[in-house]
Amino acid sequence: MGKVFVAGVGFTKIAEHWDKSLEQLMAEAAAKALEDAGIPSVNSIYVGNMMGEALQEQAHLGTLLAEDLGLTGIPAFRIEAAEASGAAALYQAALDILSGRSEAVLVIGGEKLSDGLSEEVSSAMMMSGRQEYEGFIGADFYAINGLLYRLYEKRYGSDGIAMFPVISHTHAAGVSHAQYPFKLTLEKVLSSPFIAEPLRRMEVSGIGDGAAAVVLVGERLAEKIKSPKTAFFIASSTDYITPFERENPLHFQSLAMASDKVFEETKVERREVDFIELHDATSIMAALSLESSGFVEPGKAGRLAEKGEFSLEGNLPCNTFGGLKARGHPFGATALYQVAEAHLQLTERAGNNQIDSAKIGLIQSLGGVAATAFAILMKKV
Amino acid sequence: MARINGVAIHGYGGYVPRYRIKDEEIGRIWGKTASELPVNEKTVAGPDEDAATMAVEAARIAVKMAGIDPRRIGAIHEGSESKPYAVKPTGTIVAATIGAGTGLLTADLEFACKAGTEALQLITGLVETGRIEYGLAIGADTAQGRPGDALEFTAASGAAAFVVGRAGGDAAASIEAWCSYVTDTPDFWRRPHDRYPMHAARFTGQPAYFRHIIGAVKSLLDNDGYSLDDFDYFVFHQPNVKFPFAVAKYLGIDRKKITPGIVTDVLGNTYSACSLLGLVKVLDSAEPDQLILLASYGSGAGSDAFVIRVLDGILERRRRVRGLSSFIDDKIYVNYALYLKFRDKILMG
Amino acid sequence: MRVPRYWRNIPFRYRLVGWRCNHCGTFHQTKPITCKRCRFRDFTEVELPKTGKLITYTVVRSPPKEFSFTSPYVIGLVELEDGTRILAQITDFQEDELREGMKVEAVFRKIRVNGEQGIIEYGYKFRPAIE
Repeated sequence: MGKVFVAGVGFTKIAEHWDKSLEQLMAEAAAKALEDAGIPSVNSIYVGNMMGEALQEQAHLGTLLAEDLGLTGIPAFRIEAAEASGAAALYQAALDILSGRSEAVLVIGGEKLSDGLSEEVSSAMMMSGRQEYEGFIGADFYAINGLLYRLYEKRYGSDGIAMFPVISHTHAAGVSHAQYPFKLTLEKVLSSPFIAEPLRRMEVSGIGDGAAAVVLVGERLAEKIKSPKTAFFIASSTDYITPFERENPLHFQSLAMASDKVFEETKVERREVDFIELHDATSIMAALSLESSGFVEPGKAGRLAEKGEFSLEGNLPCNTFGGLKARGHPFGATALYQVAEAHLQLTERAGNNQIDSAKIGLIQSLGGVAATAFAILMKKV
Repeated sequence: MARINGVAIHGYGGYVPRYRIKDEEIGRIWGKTASELPVNEKTVAGPDEDAATMAVEAARIAVKMAGIDPRRIGAIHEGSESKPYAVKPTGTIVAATIGAGTGLLTADLEFACKAGTEALQLITGLVETGRIEYGLAIGADTAQGRPGDALEFTAASGAAAFVVGRAGGDAAASIEAWCSYVTDTPDFWRRPHDRYPMHAARFTGQPAYFRHIIGAVKSLLDNDGYSLDDFDYFVFHQPNVKFPFAVAKYLGIDRKKITPGIVTDVLGNTYSACSLLGLVKVLDSAEPDQLILLASYGSGAGSDAFVIRVLDGILERRRRVRGLSSFIDDKIYVNYALYLKFRDKILMG
Repeated sequence: MRVPRYWRNIPFRYRLVGWRCNHCGTFHQTKPITCKRCRFRDFTEVELPKTGKLITYTVVRSPPKEFSFTSPYVIGLVELEDGTRILAQITDFQEDELREGMKVEAVFRKIRVNGEQGIIEYGYKFRPAIE
């Protein structure tokens, strides 16, 4: 794989943006990213979005955003891979650059979940599972997670799993773009009501709106432009949509394979990773992600979380700006937020959340319950 | 009418939901005392049950007992007054679920509480003529009781099914005769868009229930050459516990021959399944060669009476399936609030 | 309205009828083009057994909109007699009966009702099996 670079990022705060439409939020983030990159235009646009048709009854987002950014004429389309749509858009953008067809590509992720009621959003989330099987009987995203949580509990015990939201919230305190920029105690998590037993409300990410954008450039352009850059590598893999059809439902094979691919390609070793932006859509997914991608032994994630391993001061900082739980998870935008935050870390612009001497960051983005996985590795240049 | 030639019950099954509500609990809400309660408790369909799902439960048991490939069933008739759809057959839902194939006559029937026995009559006719090899007759209801009305204490849910075919081999029981007695008597009815039936209170007694059941029984005795003493059991439609015993008293039948077929005291009135479940209960413990007289009653009004002879084959066949008493004894009690939620009586919008 | 989608899935939802790969034995709910596991293209139509045991379950207390009025409900992972695993709602249980390892049997029930005017969608659920 050749060279792809992040040259600029931009994002909105994640909140309930009652007064802004999906396209307005995305245009806002995109404009910021173009400005951050210091370039007026790009060769193509990829949009990451999952719920546009379901909640806004709006498809054709690529072309729509091109128009709203005054960039009509260039190729622009929306890429979808459930909650990992943003990462999928980045993947396509990277291919576009590696093919030589484009020098600069704008990737925009956006989602406006507050346009739906929470039960409408849960219903639309069943689109990431096998609708005619799981969706039909109401085995939604949270129910599947509840079942995995139980299987994990039986096999390893689940102490410490509920620490993941606590860690995320600690990191989000004071972060201006975070949806929930405040601390959360373990007691508060463990006393919050059940969504799908044993999964509790405070263990799952909230409903919010947000857009984030990234400008990716090729080697040639990277040398010319002045804005800070980071090297960008991405790999992807898939698994069966229903976790219980997999050989080991507690192993995210898709993430394992995507991670192996990206490490092999970059010749980076896991111990060199300075921080990870986890896909903590639920506490149990955070734990299983770390275990499946080879950073933690199976069954040990909770204990290590309790010991502070994943805090900003720990051995393996995770979710440096609050992750999906506290910074927020507007599905199609999420991977773009993760990349933007990693970019800030690696270009020493992370403020109070700065990891000292961060050189290599890893981002994990999952579609459905790890049916699709993206592993993104970014390097300081 | 002439006796029926060579038609037998090869399998039968009864189903009631697990849930029960005590009449005492209903009485608590409406201020009724113990002496005013017509039955002890009644069955309550779960929120995911309806006449189609219960018909399937009973049909599966009957088909299992019959031990036949369901594709040999040539007709399915289901009687109900709580059809899930006003227009769309229940018979095809049952057929699709039990795997009966596509070459079937399915017709849903309505005649208040006797729609189930009508199904049995029609299936018997189709088998007798040789038009079909096996037929499935079902009575199933999730009867809705109007809140605060007298009938709320008894309107219950249940289903009974019978696989009928040519006599021979080791069938469970033979159907020797049937007859009907009908008049146009509007004692209990429901207009299309109403949720709950209406009834004419005391008029539902003598001019309705009693006249027609007694009429049908007498017709059977007079025309088919039976006498009351021939029978070991009498199973009557039982909207409450008093009525079947009152018929017995009027006709001079020993109470002991009625009691085995009484299910209403613990199940309530399961409408189209009512008398059929009484029959199932009797069949579950009767001896070969015993004779049963079954008389249903359906408002509007009419009664179907049958002569059923228990055969040797019943002893082995009974052992193939889960018996009705196992369903009767398997209970989960609900309070009135849960009953309202389960039976979809809460205004949602 | 989801009539054609509902109708297409009747064999699996009413009778647990699906397709098994003749090479590796993987079960598919609807007729596959290739086996999801081994990619062979040779299948036999099968009807799954109707009894099994409950591997684990979760209680859904904050359901998606289609299931708002049936809250709370239980989603279970059932292992059938032949080893096939299936997700299903668990119904008709008493509090103290619901436990991992519980013997269960398939029943035919309403899964969703589309308001007062739409179709009724039936399918399978599992309940505690009576010995």
